[in-house]
Amino acid sequence: MEVDLSVKSVSKRFKSFVAVDDVSFEVEKGKFFSILGPSGCGKTTLLRMIAGFEEPSEGAIYIRAQNMANISPNRRPVNLIFQHLALFPMMNVADNIGFGLARRNESKTEIRKKVSDILERVNLPGFEAKKIHHLSGGQKQRVAIARSLVLDPTVLLLDEPLGALDLKLREQMKIELKKLQMEVGTTFVYITHDQSEALVMSDHVAVMNEGRFEQIDSPQNLYTKPASPFVARFVGDNNRLPGKIVGYADGTAELQTASGEKLLIRTDRQLTPGVQAELYIRPESVILEPAQELPELNRLNVLVSSILFDGANTQLLVESPASDDELLISLPQNRQYEHISVKDRIEIGWDARAGNCFPLP
Amino acid sequence: MSTLGKATSKLPLFIFLTPILLWLFLLIVLPHIDLLRMSFRIENDYGDMVWSVSNYLEFFREPIYWLTFTRTALYAIIVTFLTLCISLPVAFYITKVAPPKFRGFLSLLLLMPFWVSELVRIYGWMILLRESGVINHFLVEWGILQQPVEMLYNDVAMTMGLVYTSMLFMVVPLLSVMDSLDDSLIEAAFDLGSNMFTIVWKIIIPHAMPGIASGSIVVFMLSLGNYLTPNLMGGKNSLWFTEQIYNQFIASFNWNQGSAFGFLLLVLSSLIIFIGLRLTNQKLSKVVQ
Repeated sequence: MEVDLSVKSVSKRFKSFVAVDDVSFEVEKGKFFSILGPSGCGKTTLLRMIAGFEEPSEGAIYIRAQNMANISPNRRPVNLIFQHLALFPMMNVADNIGFGLARRNESKTEIRKKVSDILERVNLPGFEAKKIHHLSGGQKQRVAIARSLVLDPTVLLLDEPLGALDLKLREQMKIELKKLQMEVGTTFVYITHDQSEALVMSDHVAVMNEGRFEQIDSPQNLYTKPASPFVARFVGDNNRLPGKIVGYADGTAELQTASGEKLLIRTDRQLTPGVQAELYIRPESVILEPAQELPELNRLNVLVSSILFDGANTQLLVESPASDDELLISLPQNRQYEHISVKDRIEIGWDARAGNCFPLP
Repeated sequence: MSTLGKATSKLPLFIFLTPILLWLFLLIVLPHIDLLRMSFRIENDYGDMVWSVSNYLEFFREPIYWLTFTRTALYAIIVTFLTLCISLPVAFYITKVAPPKFRGFLSLLLLMPFWVSELVRIYGWMILLRESGVINHFLVEWGILQQPVEMLYNDVAMTMGLVYTSMLFMVVPLLSVMDSLDDSLIEAAFDLGSNMFTIVWKIIIPHAMPGIASGSIVVFMLSLGNYLTPNLMGGKNSLWFTEQIYNQFIASFNWNQGSAFGFLLLVLSSLIIFIGLRLTNQKLSKVVQ
């Protein structure tokens, strides 16, 4: 498989502050690659280095096996979609999209044809003469994408372009962007702090924290098999149960919480008895009021402290002596659990294979 | 009740508006009406004042008048253009390139020459440029020139003086429009394949157009109406139309002819600004904001 973008041990330092710390990854042609991380983790700096606005302090960036060192942004085969889109307000839609083509000295008729083709592609046919400030948020988004895509870049970089949209539109654009990427087959590198955007759209996601990559994996693996406690916490909701490993045999470890409960964990990780560890349980892995006959189930008695109604995402907040924080549990809205109310004592349980356990350093 | 409410709400408006209306009327409108009346009056053979347009005809009959007039207009345009060419990079540097903590300091540096009066500043230039001046002294000292040359009293010196005098009035509006330019627009243009020239031409100048227009109007009007700088630095070789007006009022004591010239200058400046706004597709109401 052809590799479009290859980043090799890239670091970026601003005086004493390390923004990007020895990051390496490769993106194959036609893939949708996301970099997911909290704000200030260095993901924008990384993207700006790929686009050419910053030079790496160490390491090298290759696009189609060509070293990008000392190549200015206007001569790199990549285009960047800015966080606030940076459409030119002094030009209409056609001039915005044709801007890059005109810089390549393409003929007027050629530009006109390409602009109308790309507008068709992003579902804005006939928008050529519109002024930028007359467009809605979603339309601006599409014009910005069209402006970069029309140049047929090797890699399209996107810097949280959906951040400014409202929720409904963001959901819609997420799907549209993914479809568009599959249609045109351009390699996308997308940065975001919104885990849902990264999971829904990407083929591969890199989770970034404090300048380093914590894990590069498929969205499924990222969610089900997080490689570090940070990934477990950052991608999706998770409940943290700290404790001490008291036993390990045949891939099953036993964790004892501060309050004395013993929890079974089936895991591939080697957990030595005696180490401090954290067990992460997804809210949807927890079974409410499990039947007594279910085997290999960790059970806890908890007190319901509140019900957070949110339609399909309704959750229970419960208190347990096993954890300092309240635990979050999915509450299916199928009328089975309607009798649960605040201040009730209930039993919860989860399969020994459901959690992820990390030994603490 | 409602009429009372309206009346009381309008009262503060009148209170605050009265001084400015009085100022405009007494100091601008009234004198101009009188000047306009004077410009159409001449003394006939019997020594009586009569209505006539001959003050205006005199302007066209005597080539020195309309030649000075077109020269003044042309040089004012050149001065405006030069001021713009110098101020645009200066404003860009202060707002986009210089570290933010130096911005205030750099703006202050620009402002500083304006703490002394224009007269003193022009005398400063004269000390530098005149035949026995500082620059000549050093050029001769270093053997670059055999003997001192007169650098004052020509069009170049006058143009330079006018540019220097009016630069601040161009830089200030440019600073505010440049400040509102989103850096990512420049980066986006760069990312889409522009070089520095197209970024300036396609992004920065169109964005800065309202500031360019308002700065140009102010600089143009100040240059056109300037008396001191052309008189002191241009001398006899570089006549400025304001000097003709001055001569009519003070030297010839012909107030009627002077007022006619004054009105011609007013018409000229309005006309050129109107054409300028048309050419750049700007609206006066937006530009003066």
